[in-house]
Amino acid sequence: MDFQDYKGVWVFIEEKDGVIPSVSLELLGAGRKLANKRGVELAGILIGENIKHLAKTVFEYGADITYVYDQPIFKHYRTESFMKALLECANKYKPEIILFGATSTGKDLASAVATDLPTGLTADTTELDVEEDTGLLLASRPAFGGNIMATILCKKYRPQMATVRAKVMKALTPEPGKTGKIVEEMCFLKEEDIRTKVLEIVQETTKKIRIDEADIIVAGGKGLGNSDGFQLIHQLAETLGGAVGASRDVVEAGWVEHPHQVGQTGVTVTPKIYFAIGISGAIQHLVGMKNSSLIIAINKDSEAPIFDACHYGIVGDAFEIVPLLIEQFNQVIKREELGYVREV
Amino acid sequence: MLHIVACIKQVPDTKIIKMNPKTNTMDRRTAPAILNPYDTHAVEEAVRLRDRYGGSVSVLSMGPPPAVQAIKKCIEIGADEGYLITDRRFAGADTLATSYALKKALDKISKINPVDLIICGKMSIDGDTGQVGPGIARRLDIPPLTSVEKIVEVNQEEGFVIIHRKIEDGYEIVKSTLPCLFSVEKTINEVPYSPFPNMLKAAKYQPHIWSVDDLEDVDVTQLGLKGSPTIVSKVWAPPKPEGGTLIEGEPSKQVEQLISVLFEKKELFSVREGL
Repeated sequence: MDFQDYKGVWVFIEEKDGVIPSVSLELLGAGRKLANKRGVELAGILIGENIKHLAKTVFEYGADITYVYDQPIFKHYRTESFMKALLECANKYKPEIILFGATSTGKDLASAVATDLPTGLTADTTELDVEEDTGLLLASRPAFGGNIMATILCKKYRPQMATVRAKVMKALTPEPGKTGKIVEEMCFLKEEDIRTKVLEIVQETTKKIRIDEADIIVAGGKGLGNSDGFQLIHQLAETLGGAVGASRDVVEAGWVEHPHQVGQTGVTVTPKIYFAIGISGAIQHLVGMKNSSLIIAINKDSEAPIFDACHYGIVGDAFEIVPLLIEQFNQVIKREELGYVREV
Repeated sequence: MLHIVACIKQVPDTKIIKMNPKTNTMDRRTAPAILNPYDTHAVEEAVRLRDRYGGSVSVLSMGPPPAVQAIKKCIEIGADEGYLITDRRFAGADTLATSYALKKALDKISKINPVDLIICGKMSIDGDTGQVGPGIARRLDIPPLTSVEKIVEVNQEEGFVIIHRKIEDGYEIVKSTLPCLFSVEKTINEVPYSPFPNMLKAAKYQPHIWSVDDLEDVDVTQLGLKGSPTIVSKVWAPPKPEGGTLIEGEPSKQVEQLISVLFEKKELFSVREGL
């Protein structure tokens, strides 16, 4: 394998109902940095049906090149069809690095592609860097249950691949009108070559809680004692108009469903305000919320690591503090509404 | 008869796991070991399918000799047979080398009893990658189906399965040919307490134990640390974030102060309706 042949940074661009999800735009931002440091081009790879027009967005968010596979066979994501397109493209143009979102699609596709190439794949990366002279990708992630960070390298194979957590990298501010080179490709695939069929897609909009989109999150941990105690979290969230979050322990204990879980094996969130109530603050939780703009911790244990990770902390009993907070908050809101001068 | 293989892993059950500073891999001797919690659901689902359609369930694991205990746990859940591949040459494998070794073991199991369906857990709690399942499927050239949250039908006669695959805002109903591989979500089932006869059986059960030399056509350069494209170059504790301001005083004063902090972000609250 001659490493000289492998050039450029690629981002696999996801698409859903004609829209590129933010994780792919974040990866273009991260990929741009790597490409600049290495002095190479950044490319997006778009696979789907009727998706060619999305190349415009890919360019505006930082790419120089967009590879497009626009064919009816790619209407739905399927491992086998998407994998064939990506393998063909990677073998033809030989990128040095390929990044995928650590989403259900990105992880599924990356795992299959890495096995067939074959090459190394780092999962759920939260930090990315590249060695300027060698092009070696430094992919770091919480490891071993999220208690420690590890940097993973792939020294002997190219391309180097990683899946990257959503909401960890930053998308660039789009440059309207920025264009680039579109490379249209065709994959000679027949429907009967694909062994899976998507029969139906069922949307569950009401059941699904998108805590990753909330401005305010009130999250509770094991310190609340039991599922009755956890109701306090629901009450405060309702008062503040926020979403409910939870630590891994709480979800495993069944007090609240998995979509509420914040952390490495849950959701990464970046709300404007994050309340951590009765949460001790294990590394695997912190990686999921540390980029929140205002973090408020309430915990009985003054030694809890969460106090090292918050902007404001209250050492105290949640069952005393939170009801007071709900009460005072409602009073202040009322006064504000009536046009009184704020007294607090 | 349906032959289902669940691939399972024994994992350390503690947060105090220590690292081997020479190889930068985990030193498993420093922590008690359990059956990976995600894999309990894979085994349970395999057992339920067997009970529904008839056939048998085998479990396969790669790991050090004590991983026999994790296989015994699967027998408690209801598996019929267990296979452990264990050899120093497997040690230090990343996901690519792991799927290679498991593929070779599955080839051998298939010679004893052809495999129709492979079920893996979503991921392991120590590796947290979820990459081995799809990797095995690619190596066997069978369809990988990840994020499976419900199995609607397994039709061995006509050679297809229908499953629900979890996606970001709902699920897909997918039909696939058999054989194929599932990575299943934790929500697919609840694992009940094991029936007493299973526990008796598990206590006496000894799994089939194979070394590299018991497998066929193995390229040893693709095994273990040597066969792993990824290496852990550095392990570190993330820098401690800067601690914030502690709000002190009586609870009511603490809350007052907190409210004033919140109201610096007043715009977040003013858009609410019904206040």
